[in-house]
Amino acid sequence: MGGHLNINHLMFLGQGALWTIGLSVIALIGGGIVGFAIALARISPLKSVRIASAVYVQLIQGTPLLVILFLGYFGLAAIGLKVSSLTAAGASLTLYVAAYLGEIWRGCIQSVPKPQWEAAEGLALSRIQRMMKVILPQAIRIATPPTVGFMVQIVKNTSLASVVGFVELMRSGQIVNNSLFEPFAIYAIIAVTYFAMCYPLSLFSQKLERRMGRGRSNLAPA
Amino acid sequence: MQQPPSSEPIVSLRDVQKSFGPLLVLDGVSFAVERGEVLALIGRSGSGKSTALRCIDRFEKVDGGEIVVCGHRVDRPDVDLRALRQDVGIVFQSYNLFPHLTIEQNITLAPCAVKGLAASQAKDLARKVLAQVGLEEKLHAYPEQLSGGQQQRAAIARSLAMQPKVMLFDEVTSALDPELTAEVLKVIEQLAADGMTMVMVTHEMGFAKGIADRIVFMHRGKVHETGPASILTTPTTPELTQFVGTGNLKS
Repeated sequence: MGGHLNINHLMFLGQGALWTIGLSVIALIGGGIVGFAIALARISPLKSVRIASAVYVQLIQGTPLLVILFLGYFGLAAIGLKVSSLTAAGASLTLYVAAYLGEIWRGCIQSVPKPQWEAAEGLALSRIQRMMKVILPQAIRIATPPTVGFMVQIVKNTSLASVVGFVELMRSGQIVNNSLFEPFAIYAIIAVTYFAMCYPLSLFSQKLERRMGRGRSNLAPA
Repeated sequence: MQQPPSSEPIVSLRDVQKSFGPLLVLDGVSFAVERGEVLALIGRSGSGKSTALRCIDRFEKVDGGEIVVCGHRVDRPDVDLRALRQDVGIVFQSYNLFPHLTIEQNITLAPCAVKGLAASQAKDLARKVLAQVGLEEKLHAYPEQLSGGQQQRAAIARSLAMQPKVMLFDEVTSALDPELTAEVLKVIEQLAADGMTMVMVTHEMGFAKGIADRIVFMHRGKVHETGPASILTTPTTPELTQFVGTGNLKS
């Protein structure tokens, strides 16, 4: 068919890889902000807020990301909102990431030993002060390794955004393959590219985990 | 918050009831603590003494009865918890210093955040309260760098920095070996000598005898016997006799 793999094809794949990174960043920032709100809502003193956020987490975690992406793209179009594939993919991934990060972070916040909450209460700190000055600084240390680990999942999961026509790494590979028809070579390149993006994150996560392991005695009073 | 007249007790519990599920832990507990008084709550594990102490600072909500602490109606749902906890200091068995902060930051956190103290004033205050517990040189250390006894003394200093009107001690030496226990008890003795009002749950019978103005012996959720420290030497109920007997064996 259309000749051999050349520099232009690789440039196109490179562009796709940049969009994969871009979409991952959007998903992590959007999902991080919403996820933080979810984590706080899950431990809210108000029962209705706790239930609502728990339902959200269960719904998202029980739905394949692929379906969420279709719902975001076609569902919004069906109700008359014409959204770009970037917007649809960014919004869907944000909702998806928020549910998982929210749940990871809730666990981390609650794993700060209860006596720490009581000591902060006993000093007359307000709920916000207790959270900001006592609990979160300790929870962040616990949360860093699993959060970085989850980022690897996100980078890989952005490949699903290709189904709504968003040209990230996976989709750009499909397009190049449509003209060259060398699927094994092209998907091998794509696999290696994903690995090159994810492996440093995995290494970083492992390194963090080792470091946190050493500092564990810092977390709970002796 | 208004100061109660000097004749009013600082802490008073009247007919306090508290259950955890089907388990009745406080069954009509009443006692009062006058200004400058040191009250020791003693009794077996499960007798309700720690729960009674925690009710004073409203770490537990009571099911019935009346608790008044420095003029705050602690039993009422609308009690201003932050105002209450500025008047009451509490020290726990497990110290509960904040591990991510230095000792100085542990101490200055609440005075700055709650009372709006300037950073420089708060640092002076930290030095002052650390001197009181004999730990001036540990200002910039982290909790994990301190021994258990030092951590507990730092926790007492942190509490003192809020200038409470009454201090609660919840088995503060139970996690310490005898030598470290002694250094913490010395600090508490000095506080008592300085006139601090204190309620302490303790298993140190010798210490209770030496420092307490009054003993409240709890048994099965009730105040079983109460009186001056001498009741430990001449108990009138068989339960206290037995309890003191075992306590003496331990020490």
